[in-house]
Amino acid sequence: MIEVQNVSKSYGPVHAVKDVSFSVQKGEILGFLGPNGAGKTTTMRILACFMPATSGTAKVAGYDVFDQAMDVKKRIGYLPENPPLYMEQTVRDYLRFVAGIKGISANLVQQKIDRALELTSTTEVSQRIIGKLSKGFRQRIGLAQALIHEPEILILDEPTVGLDPAQIIEVRELIKNLAGDHTIILSTHILPEVEQTCDRVVIINKGQVVAEDTTAGLTHKLQGVSSVRIEAVGDPEAIKVVLGSIQGVAKVTHTAGAYMVESMAEKDVRGELARAMVKNDFTLLSLQSVGMNLEEIFLQLVKTENGDGRIEA
Amino acid sequence: MRNFVTIFRRELNAYFVSPMAYVVMVFFFALASVFFYLFLASFLQNQQMIQMQAQQSGRFQPVNVNLMLIRGLLMNLSVISLFMIPMITMRSFSEDRRNGTMELLLTSPLTNWQIILGKYFAALTLYAAMIGTTLVYMVILFVYGDPELLPIISGYLGLFLFGAALVAIGIFVSSLTENQLVAALVTFVVMLLLWLVGALGTFNSTNWTQQVLQYLSTIEHLDDFVKGVFDTRHLVYYVTLAFFGLFLTYQSVESTRWRG
Repeated sequence: MIEVQNVSKSYGPVHAVKDVSFSVQKGEILGFLGPNGAGKTTTMRILACFMPATSGTAKVAGYDVFDQAMDVKKRIGYLPENPPLYMEQTVRDYLRFVAGIKGISANLVQQKIDRALELTSTTEVSQRIIGKLSKGFRQRIGLAQALIHEPEILILDEPTVGLDPAQIIEVRELIKNLAGDHTIILSTHILPEVEQTCDRVVIINKGQVVAEDTTAGLTHKLQGVSSVRIEAVGDPEAIKVVLGSIQGVAKVTHTAGAYMVESMAEKDVRGELARAMVKNDFTLLSLQSVGMNLEEIFLQLVKTENGDGRIEA
Repeated sequence: MRNFVTIFRRELNAYFVSPMAYVVMVFFFALASVFFYLFLASFLQNQQMIQMQAQQSGRFQPVNVNLMLIRGLLMNLSVISLFMIPMITMRSFSEDRRNGTMELLLTSPLTNWQIILGKYFAALTLYAAMIGTTLVYMVILFVYGDPELLPIISGYLGLFLFGAALVAIGIFVSSLTENQLVAALVTFVVMLLLWLVGALGTFNSTNWTQQVLQYLSTIEHLDDFVKGVFDTRHLVYYVTLAFFGLFLTYQSVESTRWRG
């Protein structure tokens, strides 16, 4: 549905986005992850036909964002970083205006407005002036604006920013429910959001894609080593020797009553570790695998400078 | 067409939802009223004097309301407009740029022209409504006096065209900045320059520069309209200026995309 090929955007000598390529399949939710200023917004603006790329091509729903912008615009719903609202209007008037410019035929407008209000749970405020609403409601009305014309593709720039935890969960649920009918690309710098809502993730840093994979795959791939945390009673030195002697174990460290056993990712050594502990009469209290979560992966990736941390997908 | 109407209606609503439309119209009407009073008072005084002279000399000459009252009043309305037009046009694009709603407009299936013309005609409608408030004085003049209708129509047509040209320029300036105050100030200065440029020609010895400078002046072209002389040369001038302003606006909106 979305094909981005070698897209770059520069402002004079400054590269906001450099040679970015990725694709999104129909019905998928793609998470666009990166620290602030990484180029997420720029990329999304290019996809939404707000600004053209300096070089490279991007296709949305089969149409080029530059040459066939009008066709693209008809098929996308776009929520910019700051929801584009007219503060002096009531919610309903605003949505009526948006319905108009999105080309919804006059007899369907009421129905579509009601649907958008319902989906974003904003029906209760539909008669209120937007400027008097809380940030959370404004954000949701921004979302209502993006999906009012039931576009094939939704481009959401930080859709949950400024919401309280309960609202965040609501919006994430909403986004998940929308997937399938809609193809969604959303940006965020909050990791759990990607873990919880997205099928795939593109990590971007300093304008470059540093990783692209499924959420699970990325976690897996980055685990060059897997760690097992063991709690046991017994002589620390003896335990370390026993654990260290098991095949596949790379390193054993002892800290604060627990042992961290690192091993190659491909091999699950937990069974052998348990057996060795019992065989040598140590009291095994607990044994658990410690996976690296997306947060650690993310930090690892963005900390690595000049894209050395790039993972071939 | 439907997109244009949608934009036009929202823009017009925005004027009337905010106090701006009322402030502009009330200010304009108040200032226009002061001028009307002054012109009327001086007209009546003149009339008395002329009648006295007529009695002495025995020759009676009717006093022309159009020439001695309406013409001056309409010229002054154009001057008040110079102050009001920046207030009308300053928010046009600046507000959208600051609010981020420009992003909504530019990512919706709209052409730039639909956006620009929607905004332009909304501003022009408010301008026309503002000018229109003074028609009440024309009614008064018709009730108590005997003015000619045609010069009044041509005068108001002139004022409308004068506004049509300047509103286009105001919209263009508004599309250049996010700051409404800057937009208003720059618009005012540009309009003032276009108004005064004819005066530069007055003391110019060479004939053709004088003609060129006077041709460029927005006010020179209004004079004939107000006198009741309809000349297509003036029509062409105002329409050209309006098109030029809108063309520049188009370039500016288009370049916003590239500048980001």
